[in-house]
Amino acid sequence: MKFTRRDVIRTTAGAAAGALGSRLIGSPAFAQEGLKYKPEDGAKLRLLRWSPFVQGDEDQWLANTKRFTEATGVEVRVDKESWEDIRPKAAVAANVGSGPDLMFVWFDDPHQYPDKLHDVTELGEYLGSKYGGWYDGPHQYATRQGKFLGLPLATIGNAIVYRESWVKEAGFSEFPKDTAGLLELCKALQAKGHPAGFTHGHGVGDGNNYAHWLLWSHGGKMVDESGKVTINSPETLKAIEYAQALYKTFIPGTESWLDVNNNRAFLAGELSVIANGISAYNTAKINKDKDPKLTEIAKDTRTTNLPIGPVGKSVELFQVTTAVIFDYTPYPNAAKAYLQFMFEEPQMAKWITSSAGYCCQTLKAFDNNPVWTADPNNAAYAKASATLRPNGYAGPLGYASAATMADYVLVDMFAKAVTGQATPQEAMEEAEKRANRYYRV
Amino acid sequence: MAVTSAAAQPRRSTLSRILTFVSESHNALGFGFMLPAAALLLVFLTYPLGLGVWLGFTDARIGRPGIFIGIENYEYLWDDAVFWLSVFNTLLYTISASILKFVLGLWLALILNQNLPFKSFFRAIVLLPWVVPTVLSAIAFWWIYDSQFSILSWALMEMGLIDHRINFLGDPENARASVIAANVWRGIPFVAITLLAGLQTIPQSLYEAATLDGASRWQLFRYVTLPLLTPIIAITMTFSVLFTFTDFQLIYVLTRGGPVNATHLMATLSFQRGISGGQLGEGAAIAVAMIPFLLAAILFSYFGLQRRKWQQGGGD
Repeated sequence: MKFTRRDVIRTTAGAAAGALGSRLIGSPAFAQEGLKYKPEDGAKLRLLRWSPFVQGDEDQWLANTKRFTEATGVEVRVDKESWEDIRPKAAVAANVGSGPDLMFVWFDDPHQYPDKLHDVTELGEYLGSKYGGWYDGPHQYATRQGKFLGLPLATIGNAIVYRESWVKEAGFSEFPKDTAGLLELCKALQAKGHPAGFTHGHGVGDGNNYAHWLLWSHGGKMVDESGKVTINSPETLKAIEYAQALYKTFIPGTESWLDVNNNRAFLAGELSVIANGISAYNTAKINKDKDPKLTEIAKDTRTTNLPIGPVGKSVELFQVTTAVIFDYTPYPNAAKAYLQFMFEEPQMAKWITSSAGYCCQTLKAFDNNPVWTADPNNAAYAKASATLRPNGYAGPLGYASAATMADYVLVDMFAKAVTGQATPQEAMEEAEKRANRYYRV
Repeated sequence: MAVTSAAAQPRRSTLSRILTFVSESHNALGFGFMLPAAALLLVFLTYPLGLGVWLGFTDARIGRPGIFIGIENYEYLWDDAVFWLSVFNTLLYTISASILKFVLGLWLALILNQNLPFKSFFRAIVLLPWVVPTVLSAIAFWWIYDSQFSILSWALMEMGLIDHRINFLGDPENARASVIAANVWRGIPFVAITLLAGLQTIPQSLYEAATLDGASRWQLFRYVTLPLLTPIIAITMTFSVLFTFTDFQLIYVLTRGGPVNATHLMATLSFQRGISGGQLGEGAAIAVAMIPFLLAAILFSYFGLQRRKWQQGGGD
């Protein structure tokens, strides 16, 4: 397959746009002159993305895509897969060199097959300089050795979702801000018959979010800066002991939960506190007219950030998604033109708004999107990109960090200890041994 | 034209001779007929299997071909507690589910072999669990076993038999029993219908003769039905064991190997490590480690359960 040579036209207006950065939002026509990719003749694209949790996200993405097709004549087919199936599909596409031209991938995926991805450094730097810069966390996931392997698309925030009336009934005027307060609240909620529940099962999103928050909020970390496994530490021990105490207050069965269980139980009125994306609240909000029970839940639901632990600051994993172009695509210019179009302000701003708080911006210029003030419950998700900590902290992103997460090493460590299958020390030592297999000690 | 015809004549003769040889030689004809099947097997079975075995000896990762590292992957697995747990789980899952499927399937086949009203209807209905896609039935079981919304827990609580919900998939023992039960439900129709087909090949005259000799119902089963059904049982159970040993979808949907790897099978662990975790070499090594178990199951069925000489009137 012969590739059309990249045809990049830089104009003086583009240089000015880069220099002025985010101040140029609102001048899309001018801004889009800055960098322009000419799609190859006869180009057709196929994008594989994760199935949306918020319908507005998909609708707006497709509407923006349609506008791109109208403007350029390049047809784009958008396919979707369950978000947990994206990782294996991307892995297979990268390995066999065939599949969709573009894909929304998760976490450290771009670092697993950097050689198979089309370099989008030029576009990444252009967008970064134009829209106030990228947030560091999503930027780390999308770049390697200074090169953009993809464009950081969004951070799917995770926050405490709780029933305000039950929290007040338990004697708390507001949701606790620290881990000690959360434990006291959960004890009180359990006594009132409205238990909390956090995922200890193999839920790719919720299970990992909770486990990483437990560890990091107590100062533990899987590896140090050099990639040496440091999970066996006094800080981790404290995190496990805290998890054990908290688990005793949970609704039974959280060790079997996958990603959807907590949403389901919360929306059935079985749970008072969960940690989740905005989707749990949105489901109640959107369907409140169809079901009186959901009306009450939507009215009573509040969100807030997860409490701060002994480490003294907010540290969370969240899900980060990156838009990548596979190197095997015969239409790299069309793919870059498509991504550029979708990331430019007129499209990106609408998409963030329509995602109703589910997708947090990765470019700082979109911080003031009206969605974050449209509903008070959206605010807890507004700074997800700013506060996230990448997987495998404090080591480098790559095969080892991805494999350690995929093997649920951290999730299992907590689950094993809280269910009494191992002592905290044993659970920690087993996690150390398992992590060492990937970090190859 | 004449020249062309003359030149073509010897070629036609050679071709004609070859075709005649092939059509008249049983061996050559047989070989020719086998070629398409052999090509399919080579491309879709031998090559992937060979590639899998090779990958198990490399450090291949997603996006990187990898280099030969000998048995390092296997050495890692040897010291890996999660791998050994998955081996234990797989054996427990396969043995328990296969025994239950055999006993219940044979029982069902014997019932369906009777002259029941609406016989055809019942035989068709029995197949339902088998024809429903595994993922769909797994999702149904996911609800049945849900820690908060299980209909089983609800029904038992309504009947006053239990006072709290059963933690089907959260407790390791319960989780193992639950996934085995789901597999048995799904697998019984295959065993039942195949054994029913076997039962219908047993001549009625044998039962009549045995009855005239005063055989009881148990003796009819023990000395007529079972011996004549053994070859079918061997085939059916070989397939059933293979399907169960390599099960993936049920576990992936229900538990994803949890809680704390208590239901991880070798197939699900291989996928988790090889694809989700990107460690293709190690994932392949786990898959290859299944082969000896599968071969053992096949050999057991082949040598242990095949038609014996005594069944044909000779000594054993």
